[in-house]
Amino acid sequence: MMVTLWGTRGSLAAPGPETVRYGGNTSCVEVRGEDGTLVILDAGTGIQRLGATLGPEVARIDLLLTHLHMDHIQGLGFFEPLNRPDQEVHIWGPPSTTFDLRARLTRYLSPPLFPVRLRDLPCRLSLHDVPLERFEIGSLQITAALVMHPGPTVGYRITENGVSLTYLPDHEPALGAAHFPTDADWMSGYELAAAVDLLIHDAQYTDTEYQAHVGWGHSSVSQTIAFAAKAHVKRLVPFHHNPPHSDELLDRLFAEARRASESSFELIPGTEGASFQLGS
Amino acid sequence: MPQQAIEVILMRQLATYLAMPIFLVDPTGKLLFYNEPAEVLLGHRYEETGEMPLAEWAQIFQPTSEDGLPLPPEALPLVIALQQRRAAHLAFQIRGLDGVHRKIEVTAFPLEGQGGRYLGAVAIFWEVDDP
Repeated sequence: MMVTLWGTRGSLAAPGPETVRYGGNTSCVEVRGEDGTLVILDAGTGIQRLGATLGPEVARIDLLLTHLHMDHIQGLGFFEPLNRPDQEVHIWGPPSTTFDLRARLTRYLSPPLFPVRLRDLPCRLSLHDVPLERFEIGSLQITAALVMHPGPTVGYRITENGVSLTYLPDHEPALGAAHFPTDADWMSGYELAAAVDLLIHDAQYTDTEYQAHVGWGHSSVSQTIAFAAKAHVKRLVPFHHNPPHSDELLDRLFAEARRASESSFELIPGTEGASFQLGS
Repeated sequence: MPQQAIEVILMRQLATYLAMPIFLVDPTGKLLFYNEPAEVLLGHRYEETGEMPLAEWAQIFQPTSEDGLPLPPEALPLVIALQQRRAAHLAFQIRGLDGVHRKIEVTAFPLEGQGGRYLGAVAIFWEVDDP
């Protein structure tokens, strides 16, 4: 399994000279199975560059959305494969008790927010509620589960031939917990992340910033490290960086985090363009 | 032990912050949690009680009707909410594990999560002062 980060920023795209290394595009991750299966996690602005690399040889694209906040779907309208008449595209999103996925996505992909309606996209598009259980896409086994973030939001665990990736880009497991990390059975996201080979996890805030944003659905860097330690992950990729955080500040935050923790895992800050080979 | 559903985690965390007694059970009726205000009325700390099957908690507090007759489990609002998946309300008496008899009112409701997942039930209760 090959994992590539196309967008690592949270909340709002943040291009500029001060964010060149960590990247300014919002959440988007490419996952390739060993047989070529393509799964894309979220459609933040990073998906635009990813789309430009996908040629007609890609028979099927599965786009798994964690939730429908703007920074996770804004790139959809600029994902070029959606404009190919013969392209098979499946979009998966968290179930809702109110409107279906098509109705919710159409709020963005329709005037006045966007000139092209979802129903007018030329590709062969199918929309699915994500099953809250294990399912398969090509060679990839996928487990989705609801996690702590405002509105219906899922995290994903993707497994192939004994290696695993967990993607929790927007996640506040510390919300309401008197002591964090809590017991594993009372911790949001634990089962998705337990003993995973690579965890991509929300690390939006500093500890000080978190205090002013409790309930916004995100974690501080130190909470993310505590979560990863509790879940016994092998590698942690902090992700969904706060838009005002410059490369310089992020370097400092992660250096301090390394010094402050005695992590049993490898800490690899999420940078746009980084790739991870899992397994053979 | 498997992780609890996110809605159940949120319910427990909400309960820890609220000043009203709250009692949370899973779909089988197993007690998962009660908060500090509930500890006062039940006469025992949750940390000492721990998880408990329905058959045990439905009897351990010796629920009786206002006439003093023992209440079977199926008459308790929480059991009704759990088994019939509807809200239920009742005033009755209990004997806390501290030995004190208290008159309480209980409102219970089922917990249904995203995707139609049945997650258990919650009881909110409070002590009623006799006039």
